[in-house]
Amino acid sequence: MPLMPVGLDPVVMFFALGLLAGVLKADLRLPPAIYEFVSTLLLLAIGMKGGIELATQPAAGLAGDLLLTLLLGVLLTFLAFFVLRKLGGLELANAAAVAAHYGSVSVGTFAVGVAFLASVAMPYEPTLALQLVILEIPAIVIGILLARGVRAGTPWGEIAHEVLLGRSVLLLLGGLAIGWAAGPTGLEPMAPLFFDLFKGILAIFLLEMGLIAADHLGGFRRHGFFMGAFALLTPPVFALIGIGFAILMGLSAGGAILLATLAGSASYIAAPAAMRTAVPEANPALSLTAALAITFPFNILIGIPLYHWTVTVLFGIAP
Amino acid sequence: MTGLAESHRKLITVITESNLERDLVKEIESLGVGGYTITDARGRGDRGLRASHWGHSSNIRVEIACDTPLAEKLLARLREKYYEHYAMIMWVQDVEVLRPEKFR
Repeated sequence: MPLMPVGLDPVVMFFALGLLAGVLKADLRLPPAIYEFVSTLLLLAIGMKGGIELATQPAAGLAGDLLLTLLLGVLLTFLAFFVLRKLGGLELANAAAVAAHYGSVSVGTFAVGVAFLASVAMPYEPTLALQLVILEIPAIVIGILLARGVRAGTPWGEIAHEVLLGRSVLLLLGGLAIGWAAGPTGLEPMAPLFFDLFKGILAIFLLEMGLIAADHLGGFRRHGFFMGAFALLTPPVFALIGIGFAILMGLSAGGAILLATLAGSASYIAAPAAMRTAVPEANPALSLTAALAITFPFNILIGIPLYHWTVTVLFGIAP
Repeated sequence: MTGLAESHRKLITVITESNLERDLVKEIESLGVGGYTITDARGRGDRGLRASHWGHSSNIRVEIACDTPLAEKLLARLREKYYEHYAMIMWVQDVEVLRPEKFR
């Protein structure tokens, strides 16, 4: 009888191990190239998986769903900004930057969600990979607009380059295109690397994420009670909104869980890089601590099982 | 060893956030600097420990050897553009270079 609580995926234990090692200042550090490599594999695998399924079962009503997804991203960003500015009393630049992080999404969290669905044998729509890409972008643009307004001198060209040609968007879309063009038989020879090893790669990724999160835990003490509460309460509230949108789109239970996971997650790669360039006066430690040290662990440890439970109840398929 | 008289240059060393690299390089090149060297760096300073194992909290070290007028222009430009909001420190040393024709 395994000691794992029901619904907690073993890959999550690797995150806990990294976190523990980081907190105890153990001599554990993965080379940066490893992190780059495993995250590249994850992004390509997620994209390719979506692409393969889009090729075999074209999604009906795709345009409408993607438009709703865009709307979801916009709504979450404004909501986060409003809460941070009015309730939290954050400065304009900081509120806008943190809002951009929470309106945008985390691919790492999504990958854990995908692994979770596989372990409970729940299918999900192939469009989710595309929705992931779409959710990544609007929050960043809105965050910049909220902080700077439409004033001259904003380096839009550079920002567009950073966001649209950033690693995650490029690799996800590239993987989608390759998966779609090659189809399941074409990608068969690569399946052992990208699909069979997915969980192993995810485990290494999460080990490193644990170490990184531990680095940022110290920032939590400096930023006080409000930010801690915000980072902890935003995921479940945003996930509920995500579930609402999933119902509007008519997604399956698996799709709804993933959309909830996306809505509840906070970006820690694309958004920080773009905010640093476009809103330099915002304090990067504030949003990174919240997104990495609190929201990410919350989502993978508690959030995803919680969203799964909520969706099974709402969809009337509770076991 | 000949021509040491013409071999005096200033060596500027900049330690800053690695996510500034692209922007910084553009800035340096636009001022007419012909060459520079960038290495990954880590250490501790005002902004706490800058470990190198993750993009957002890693540092780079940029070294530029050039003549005094260009060095002054460069220092002023970087100070004006980055000092307020970014983690950046700079220092300047007198150096003597070999093959001075390679350095402006």
